[in-house]
Amino acid sequence: MATSYQLKRADFIFKNENDWEQVLGKILSQNPQDLINELISSELKGRGGAGFPTGLKWKVAAEQPSDTKYVICNADEGEPGTFKDREILQRVPYKVLTAMVACAHVIGAREGFIYLRNEYWFLRNELEKVIDEFEYYCKEINLEFKIKVFMGSGAYICGEETALFESMEGKRGEPRNKPPYPTTWGYLGKPTVINNVETLAHTYTIFKYGAKKFYDLGVQYSRGTKLFSVSGDTPKPGIYELELGMSLQDFVYEFGDGDTKAVQVGGASGFLVPRKKFADTAIGYQGKLTGISLPTGGSMMLFNSSRSMYNVLDNYLEFFREESCGQCTPCRVGCQQLLIGIKAVKRAEKPASYLDKLLRLTETMQYTAKCGLGQSVANSFSSIVENFREEMIY
Amino acid sequence: MTTKKINISINGFPAQVKPGITILDAASDNGIIIPTLCYHKDLCVAGNCRVCVVEVAGQKRLSAACATPCEEGMEILTNSLKVRNSRKHIIELLLSEHNADCTKCYRNGNCELQELASEYKIMTQDFIELLPYKTYSVDMYSPSIIKDDSKCIRCQRCVRTCAELQGVNALTVAHKGDHMKISTFMEKAMNAVVCTNCGQCINHCPTGALVEKNYIEEVWEAIANPSKHVVVQTAPAVRIGLGEELGFEPGSRNTGKMVSALKRLGFDSVLDTDFTADLTIIEEGTELLTRLKKALVDKDADVKLPMATSCSPGWIKYIEHMYPEYLDNLSTCKSPQQMFGALVKTYYAKARNLEPDKIVSVSIMPCTAKKFEANRPEMFDSGYRDVDYVLTTRELAIMIKQAGINFKALEESKFDRLMGESTGAGVIFGATGGVMEAALRTAYEIVTGREVPFKNLEIAPVRGMEGVREASIKIENPKPEWKFLDGVELKCAVAHGLVNAKTVMDSVKKGTASYHFIEIMACPGGCLGGGGQPIPTSPEIRQKRAEAIYAEDSHMQIRKSHENPEVQKLYRDFLKEPLGEISHKLLHTKYLPRERF
Repeated sequence: MATSYQLKRADFIFKNENDWEQVLGKILSQNPQDLINELISSELKGRGGAGFPTGLKWKVAAEQPSDTKYVICNADEGEPGTFKDREILQRVPYKVLTAMVACAHVIGAREGFIYLRNEYWFLRNELEKVIDEFEYYCKEINLEFKIKVFMGSGAYICGEETALFESMEGKRGEPRNKPPYPTTWGYLGKPTVINNVETLAHTYTIFKYGAKKFYDLGVQYSRGTKLFSVSGDTPKPGIYELELGMSLQDFVYEFGDGDTKAVQVGGASGFLVPRKKFADTAIGYQGKLTGISLPTGGSMMLFNSSRSMYNVLDNYLEFFREESCGQCTPCRVGCQQLLIGIKAVKRAEKPASYLDKLLRLTETMQYTAKCGLGQSVANSFSSIVENFREEMIY
Repeated sequence: MTTKKINISINGFPAQVKPGITILDAASDNGIIIPTLCYHKDLCVAGNCRVCVVEVAGQKRLSAACATPCEEGMEILTNSLKVRNSRKHIIELLLSEHNADCTKCYRNGNCELQELASEYKIMTQDFIELLPYKTYSVDMYSPSIIKDDSKCIRCQRCVRTCAELQGVNALTVAHKGDHMKISTFMEKAMNAVVCTNCGQCINHCPTGALVEKNYIEEVWEAIANPSKHVVVQTAPAVRIGLGEELGFEPGSRNTGKMVSALKRLGFDSVLDTDFTADLTIIEEGTELLTRLKKALVDKDADVKLPMATSCSPGWIKYIEHMYPEYLDNLSTCKSPQQMFGALVKTYYAKARNLEPDKIVSVSIMPCTAKKFEANRPEMFDSGYRDVDYVLTTRELAIMIKQAGINFKALEESKFDRLMGESTGAGVIFGATGGVMEAALRTAYEIVTGREVPFKNLEIAPVRGMEGVREASIKIENPKPEWKFLDGVELKCAVAHGLVNAKTVMDSVKKGTASYHFIEIMACPGGCLGGGGQPIPTSPEIRQKRAEAIYAEDSHMQIRKSHENPEVQKLYRDFLKEPLGEISHKLLHTKYLPRERF
């Protein structure tokens, strides 16, 4: 089986090149439309997990007539099992800041923010030092652009872009109705580009080496590389940059402990893939022509046969029950019902068929919840319950 | 200019709608009702209950109809199987978290969740009941409002009401996830926070989570007690709201039927708060003119202008919390309810030869803050509690139903005497701008000897539903004793809803406005939109009630407070003169600065 081993390691993001002034100089000498085209042709998609085309996002924001626009770096890395953004901000913060200045240049923003997860407070000082360097640079070349670090307060939901805006505006971190989307109505009601830390870091690669270099990596619909946060039952947990489009089987060959029972792709809001589906599952954005394709914000959790899938699900649901902002009915009450429901089935207080009722409930949550949190609870719930039903009951 | 319409289809039928209109409104315009819970016409769109979800062709997820604008070519399904199943799920979820002991609920029969459950025939509870997992307690500390979290569906209508309509922010969202609930600053009790007791949260609550503290049984007991003489007063806005609870359309005038009903309930004397509304005008009008004289002639720097009305107890508590440095600007006049209370146990008791301690004074108000007001320690000037029980319009309707009175079939009766005579000026106290209009009708005539220069005495600039309205009247050729007012332009402002009160007060504070007199009512539309009025409320309903109030006024024979013969008699026999010694003791009060949280 090892013959099909195709895991392609890459090393772009953490390659310490110390040439940001040069790269930024080159970027700022280009006109915004060319930069947007470069990004669009790279087919870079949002690395936070949702996978929205980055070039398109910048384009729409650039087209808005508003005088005031914002660039925000979403560093509220909260998905269980991801820890890549922290490393980026620690090791190559200048790449993120270069990208933010580039974005400001493209869309016409004069202010940018890094929304930093509260638990990453220890990054703040170093980050602000680098920001000072950038602001000095901008001043030197007469580019009006200020960057501030905004500390989050610890809620998972504030990683959701519109909840993040609300939080920054001093309000309760609750997602807004969409549309309007951030590119037209974002922070303080102004057009805003909000990108994940890793997405911004990738644009550095693209602007430096050209879109083609990036586009040639990965597979159709899932171009380029991606950082993976590998954790769980693995002999080598850590962060790895890999080309997209790999099969989960290959991934497990590389990172598994030989007894991998299932992999949770994309954290608590992602999907659980059981062993029998490893070979049919590719890691990338939806739209791949064959097989199942799973997007991910980078979290890859491996579970071996010593793990109870019931406990895994119980743990996720407890997380969601607590981290739901509580405003919309399907998410607030749905999460409570799912958690109490599986407990009741386990204790035989409800028949096994109650699981089917709960599966239908997750469908409703997926259709009707106000934001991505409530919509994606269905992912882990249905993939765990459908693949490990007997573990839920007995 | 006509805007181009866009083409959509609703449930397969084509429709043309205005661009930018929400799916909810588009459907409603085309005869399709989409159920809602968190949506309210008075408030911004929240989109959090998700009951209004609809299917848009080509989209996997459903859209909240209240929050999604229509787009060209949109194919909308409001009743597909997917929509139905989802909607039903959401109602079931809400019920699983809800204390659905409906028969023991104050809002039984007038609850939006109950209606929806009935519409969708939710006959079984498949999901696990969540109440046992929660620790809820009922907040009964406020004299006006009871807050029961176990009945709350987290639609946040109350939170939006408190913030957007009232600018008070007493109610807010606390915690997240399963612990998320509607709470107050530091989760204090409702009587210990900035709450003004206005009751707008009650009017906007779809369920029984927020209700008034009711005193129905206490009043029944008093009526049944043969040694008690039970007097009832009814506020202007009650007569035009009451019908809505008893089978009439909004805007129906039912003064005569209301009086008959009250007599049949067994009250010993059915009187009218409008009487003391007229009295308020005399006292307050005189106070205003006195302040103007002190300011303009005596150049007294201590006189505070603008003078603000003090009829609305919600507004009083608001200014005590938010602008305590402006308490001296408030008229010292008590509200008509409290003037009435103080007179009942003095003037009325003496005239009717009754022992004041045998009198139980009940008032029917469109207001929940009046319950708080009657409870204030300052309101014992008669030597007794001036007003013993305050009932809302809704509570009166409940009593009428309990007594088995067929309200629609009732004959019309007149208020009893003493203290039952009123004027058109007293009636319009129930609408925003009414106190101002009544005061101007009287003050202008006192000063000039002529009627206000408006057709039919209708002072149009102060009428309407605009949040803040400004008006001015120029005084020309006054009587000799008011010579100093010659040529003075009397500037007035009217605001309703506390968020508009804030606008006015902020401009006073900044010095950008130079008013002489401001009228502020805590509730949208004035008392007719009060927190004790029938539920539901909406801008259209309040408009109809306002029309009814003004119709009452125009049908009255006497329309100026100072011409009220009973008020004139009161001054002759008892008070002697406006702002006199007895007035000061019984009809005026003082205010208390409060903390801002």
